[in-house]
Amino acid sequence: MHSSGAQLIVRLLEQQGIRLVSGIPGGPALPLYDALAQSTQIRHVLARHEQGAGFIAQGMARVSGHAAVCLASSGPGATNLVTAIADAKLDSIPLVCITAQVPSAMIGTDAFQEVDTYGISIPITKHNWLVRDVRDLLTIIPEAFRIAESGRPGPVWIDIPKDVLTASIDVAVLPLPGLRRAAPELNLDLLRRAAELINAAKTPVLYLGGGVIAANAGAAVTALAEQAGLPATMTLMALGAMPVDHPLSLGMLGMHGARYTNYALEEADLLVVLGARFDDRAIGNADKFCPKAAIIHIDIDMAELGKIRRPDVAIQGDVAAAVEQLRSRVQANPRAQWCARVAELKRQHPLALPHVEDPCSHYGLVHAVAAELDDEAVIVTDVGQHQMWVAQAYPFRRSRQWLTSGGLGTMGFGLPASIGASLAQPERTVVCFSGDGSLKMNIQEMDTAVEEGVNVKVIVMDNQSLGLVHQQQDMFYGKRIFAADYKRHTNFQKIAEGFGMQVFDLDASPDPRATLRSALKAKGPCLVHCSIDVQQKVFPMVPPGAANTEMIGG
Amino acid sequence: MGIPHEEQVFEKVVLELSVHNHPGVMSHVCGLFARRAFNVEGILCMPVDAGHESRIWLLVRNDARLAQMISQVEKLEDVIGVAQRGADRRVFEQLEAFFQ
Repeated sequence: MHSSGAQLIVRLLEQQGIRLVSGIPGGPALPLYDALAQSTQIRHVLARHEQGAGFIAQGMARVSGHAAVCLASSGPGATNLVTAIADAKLDSIPLVCITAQVPSAMIGTDAFQEVDTYGISIPITKHNWLVRDVRDLLTIIPEAFRIAESGRPGPVWIDIPKDVLTASIDVAVLPLPGLRRAAPELNLDLLRRAAELINAAKTPVLYLGGGVIAANAGAAVTALAEQAGLPATMTLMALGAMPVDHPLSLGMLGMHGARYTNYALEEADLLVVLGARFDDRAIGNADKFCPKAAIIHIDIDMAELGKIRRPDVAIQGDVAAAVEQLRSRVQANPRAQWCARVAELKRQHPLALPHVEDPCSHYGLVHAVAAELDDEAVIVTDVGQHQMWVAQAYPFRRSRQWLTSGGLGTMGFGLPASIGASLAQPERTVVCFSGDGSLKMNIQEMDTAVEEGVNVKVIVMDNQSLGLVHQQQDMFYGKRIFAADYKRHTNFQKIAEGFGMQVFDLDASPDPRATLRSALKAKGPCLVHCSIDVQQKVFPMVPPGAANTEMIGG
Repeated sequence: MGIPHEEQVFEKVVLELSVHNHPGVMSHVCGLFARRAFNVEGILCMPVDAGHESRIWLLVRNDARLAQMISQVEKLEDVIGVAQRGADRRVFEQLEAFFQ
């Protein structure tokens, strides 16, 4: 079969099962877009900024667990994608990013819209390619999907010069689609040793990370916890792995974890770390984290084992498979004494949710939204105070119910990621909690949301400031608020209306709960605006560099 | 090259990397060491196997983070294998004469 490089790419994507791609065209990408226009299987979603395209793809990948595709042209198209790809790298999200490059003969001449995309993408991807020959597409495209989804997932980047897109090629048989590689085989001796440590432990705790979500191991982990009486804490990335109202759930740990959570970890004699990486926001000062605990660390990524804390037992492998193996070796044990102690800590040091009864307050709004939704909804956030309030207060009960930018902490993530989530799973209601600072960072994607008619409800918690910066200046910089408050109030309602979005204003509503209900039930995208008191803080808070037990507030 | 370290005497070791031979591999390897703040004191690279593969020798310090660094190198898709060499591969010593 005779085709161009661009047509071959489209056929390989179709064969890979890709039905949606997001992107923005430009000069060198035009051959690819021309081929895409002929596809009857792939729908292209036009973003309004390439970063939006990257986060739309992330939203698709985060709800589905499968690699999603974003496209851009050369130069600024490629550099605008960088933040979204780096974000995917830090949160281990499988993406295949395809950019066009100036023609091969012009590479290295500072041609118009030329940038060293290959060089720029090295540190923010699992792997990347500059395609030098059209025939290489036959191996690179399937390989890209295989790498993105295998082991610890992550983004890959394929940069393709325009002449490779237009070159012709004869292909008799298409290569097979790229499939996930099998996980490395588990070391059963180490698993036996791990089970012995669990059986002997008096005060063990499970520490669950995003790897539990990536491995679809939530149910297996919950079953292990129930079998062996293991209280479990979750990182920001793992919320939803175990229902937060499960009796064994300790909720989120770390910088903004509840007091009882961090106190319970302090008493742990064994920490079973599953698909987590001892991130500084989760563990605080590494030397003072769980000082009495032996450590079992299970992760698909060998390089995470011993990176921050030297484990007593380190096991490389798929978390779901490892937990199943542990279940057949761990004794049933209700561990009543330890669970009673944890319950006591919960009673003595609960998570404080001030003003939660008021739907127009920070925690109250989170609870009011949760009261209107079931577990099938997808909850997305941007980054800042609102993100932490939602993480603390929303009753997450399902893996992939919660999408947030964890590792990179990218403001502007929320709206485009919500669009991607809704495009991938249109039957779900997608709620995007945002702040006024974050929403402004990718507000142009309102246009995409309206054009696509996605079922995304943007709830902006508007405190007219960069709230988390404001909080830190207030607490740690002598109340010198600088460059963290916006002098003018932004009329988000008018902006949303300008993009053709429905608007609901809780400030002006005589019955905010009823208004919220109508907004969540409205068809298509809408904006819900609510003013939030700028003095409200995220508590408790572990000061940067301190031990997790040295919390302020809450 | 890289970030100067505190004056502490470490044993030096040679990492021998087998890699796919194509433009960009050196960027991947050197970039990884640089962004993880791990000093590389010497680099040699030559094609082998009729140019399909290259061999990279890295002269590094054997400090506490070496095992972690090797784990990170092994994750690079273009790295086929990593071996740690001591006195049996005196490549850098033999080259010293050229740098006098």
